[in-house]
Parts: sequence; C-alpha cells; structure tokens
Amino acid sequence: MKTELQERIPGANIARRSFLRYAGIGVASAGLLATAACHKDHKIKVQPDGIDIGITGDMAILNYVYAVEQLEAAFYTQLLLTPYAGITADEIASFTSIRDHDVVHREFFKTALGGKAIPELVIDLSSLDFTTRPSVLTAAKVFKDMGIRAYDGIGYLIATETYLTIVGKIVSVEARHSALISNITAFGTFAGNDQVDGNGFNKSSTISEILLMINPYFKIKVNAVNYGYVAS
Amino acid sequence: MNLFNIINDIEKIDPEFNDKLNPRRSAIKNITSFGSKVAMAAMPFALGTMLKRAYAADTAKPSVVEVLNFALTLEYLESSLYNLSTGAGTVIPANLLPYFITIRDDENQHVSVLKTLITRLGGTPVTAPEFDFSGGNGTKTGPFQNIFTDYSVFLNVALAFEDTGVRGYKGQLPNLLGNQTMLSAVLAIHAVEARHASAVRQLLKLSPWINSTATLGNDTGITTIDANYKGEENVIQGTVDITKLKSLAGDTTSVTVATAAFDEPLSMDQINALLVGSFIVQH
Repeated sequence: MKTELQERIPGANIARRSFLRYAGIGVASAGLLATAACHKDHKIKVQPDGIDIGITGDMAILNYVYAVEQLEAAFYTQLLLTPYAGITADEIASFTSIRDHDVVHREFFKTALGGKAIPELVIDLSSLDFTTRPSVLTAAKVFKDMGIRAYDGIGYLIATETYLTIVGKIVSVEARHSALISNITAFGTFAGNDQVDGNGFNKSSTISEILLMINPYFKIKVNAVNYGYVAS
Repeated sequence: MNLFNIINDIEKIDPEFNDKLNPRRSAIKNITSFGSKVAMAAMPFALGTMLKRAYAADTAKPSVVEVLNFALTLEYLESSLYNLSTGAGTVIPANLLPYFITIRDDENQHVSVLKTLITRLGGTPVTAPEFDFSGGNGTKTGPFQNIFTDYSVFLNVALAFEDTGVRGYKGQLPNLLGNQTMLSAVLAIHAVEARHASAVRQLLKLSPWINSTATLGNDTGITTIDANYKGEENVIQGTVDITKLKSLAGDTTSVTVATAAFDEPLSMDQINALLVGSFIVQH
C-alpha cells in the first residue's frame, strides 16, 4: 500500500558527501546563528515561505519534535522503499520496526496537537544516497542521533509533567534505535564518544542547531522565531 | 535595587536557591529584555512571584538532591556490577570485554558527575549501599547466585538493571520539571542508559526495544524479572490510544509497535521495591 508520504518522497540518489556537507554546515553555523538570535528586542520576522512552530510553550515544543519525527519517519520509510544492495533480512526487520516506531511518534504528536499542529511537511530526501549500505547507515545514524539530541535539548522547556514524561518515553526508544544502528555500523559503538561525552552524558542540541541541520530536507522551512531561529 | 545582589545574598543563605529558581533564573539573566517589557515599578512584584514559586510548598515531591541521590544509588548498583564483572577472572567472554568496559566507564562517570551535582547543590552524596548481586539480600544465594561464573546469568541481571534503570530515571523527570541544569543532566544520563539497555538486549538476541503484549510487559522470557517490566504494556499516552493511530499497515497500530515505541516510567517507590531487600541489602 502506498501512503501519501510515500508518494511524496522522490527517488533519492545524490552522493553521500552532499548529506555530510549539509550536516557539517548545520553544526558549524549554529553558533553564529545563536549569537545573532540573542539580540534583545528581537522582532518577529514574517517569513512568507516558512512554517513557525508557534509562540513559546508546550505546543511550540511539541510542534518542533513533530517536525523532527516527520523527517525521521520519512527517512526510514524511504530506506525501506528503496533498500540498499545486499540488505539482510535482519536489517529489513530492524529498520521496519524503527520506521514503525517513528511513524507512531509522528502520528501521536499530530493527534495530541490537534488543531495546533503545524502542517504535514513536504520532505525532500533527494540529496541522500539510498543505494549503498555505508551511505544509508551513516545517514540512519545521523538522523537517529539527531532525534535524541533534539529531545534531550528541549526537556527543560516543557511546562507540563505529562508531556515531559512522554518526551522521556520517546527519547529512550530513540536511544535504543541509535544503539542498534551504531552496532550494525560498527559493533561496540552503541554509546560512542561521538554522541556520549566525558561525563557519560548523551550530547544534546538546541532548537536552532537541529533546525539548521534538518531544514535542508523540508521544502518549506520550519522556523522557531520565539526560540531565536529563522531559516536563512 | 540590584536584583543580582539579592539573588547572590539568597544563594549564600540557601545554596539550593539557584536550583529552585531555575528556570525563572534564565528570565533574570535576560534582565535586559525582561526590563524592557516590564515597567520597573512592577519589578518587585515580578521578583516576589518568582520567589513564591521557588519556595512554594510541594511536599509530595522529593527535592532535587533526593532525586539525584536516588539516581546515584542506581548508578552505584550498575557501576559495581560492571566493576566486579570486568575484573580479573571475568565472567565476560574476552571478545566482549571492551563492550562492557564501555558500559562500565559510562556508569562510573555517572557516579562521579552525580556526586559533583549533589555537592554543587549543597547536598551530601549518599554512600554506596551493600549489594548482593545474587538478588539474595546479603545471603549471596539468591536466584542469580551464579552471576559471576555464568555469563548468561550475568547478562540477565545486566538486562534487568539497564531496562529498569531507564524506567527509574524516566520516573524522576517530572520532579525536575523546568530545571534546566538538573533535568538536562538526568535526561542526558537517561539516554545513555537506554543505549546500554539496547546494547545488552542485542547480546541476548532480544529486540533492542521492549515489545510487550496486551497483558505482559516483559518480553524477555525471563519470568524472574516480570515485575521489572510491569506497565510496559501500556498503550495510552496522555489521552491518546496509540493502537488507534494510523500506521503504514492500516488504520490501526499493533500492540507490539504501540508498546515498543514508548518506554514506561517507574516511581522511586516502585524501583526501591524491585531492588531493596534483594539486590540492595536490607538488614
């Protein structure tokens, strides 16, 4: 069966290097952007082409993670629609579960947000190479680690206990996913020092850092004006 | 009136003040933008509200120090297990020793950082309790008595500790609501514990996530740890029945997927009931 989402995702075949370049730019430019955003009396910019997560508060934060989950679900959906050469039955099973969990997360946020939800985002993964195992595993790990860092970065902004607990319920599942993908990529890297710091802390990222990294995959950019981020 | 001096003075009297005030603290840090929007005459009222919130009685909730000491106790338990099992004459196969050393090192770092955070709040880190890794409350003859000679027994205990540890941390998140430093720290540890849980489950050839059924949370097949998974079968998140959400397979979502997509919390009391009198010796 084809879903709307599947129909929307075009074939994907640009080199892995492009993906890594996007990810690299995201991290490198984040600091610059954060500095700019700290200016007081920050005026809300009208972005005719952008979608804003909304005024500060739990609905904005949930919309933000809804955007993250939309991207994650789309990535694993595409991975399974165009599996890389030599994919094993175990890998198909693992990625199917991960996809299904991320679809659940996406649908949960959509339902919980109701009328306050941002629209369904049009996602363009054409910059990614889905044809080879190494390029897919690299991207799969980047997307998963991104998800964990996004959730861990917004916990303190949540004002409602129920939502905070739900974020906790989801982020640990994301971490379980990442530990699997990491181990498939290189056995024993389930808590590698690329993601876990010297305190044994999973690294986290701000809203600005994450949106800068993932906006290249959204046709219409996602903004968080009230959290100091507007797509350039 | 110098707001920063007032806050510094209160901090001298109450070292936990900074922690109590957070995240209102960030509003004060950004005093320039705050001031530009609120008339200066209103400032004493604004400050009064912040202090009232910071000191509001909330006896039902443990203090931040109590939460961190609870976490420290969990970390003592885990780190002791791995410190003992990665030593000489190890129960762990040589090729998997680096795998468990990764976990051990994370747990030891968690012990260290939690002690630092507790001390920073003016609290006193608890000392490590006496452990019995056989689960026998000090008799060393509990159901897991071969833990340091039988790798499969060791794996089962590691599995229970990691999956349960994730639940224990998750249960404390509401008690740190809005506390940027401490909630973020606990979330950061929580995610690493979930990585460990996944890692141990992979060695046991279990799915890295918990696939419960409608009636049984425990998907490990190890009945002695059923209680550690009780509640993982939940499919209601907030007010949403996850099984009624659309999936790629159709208009509903299977119980397996609905339960696996969300890990469930346990309270401090529930965690203590699982550990005290078995793995944590109670005299």
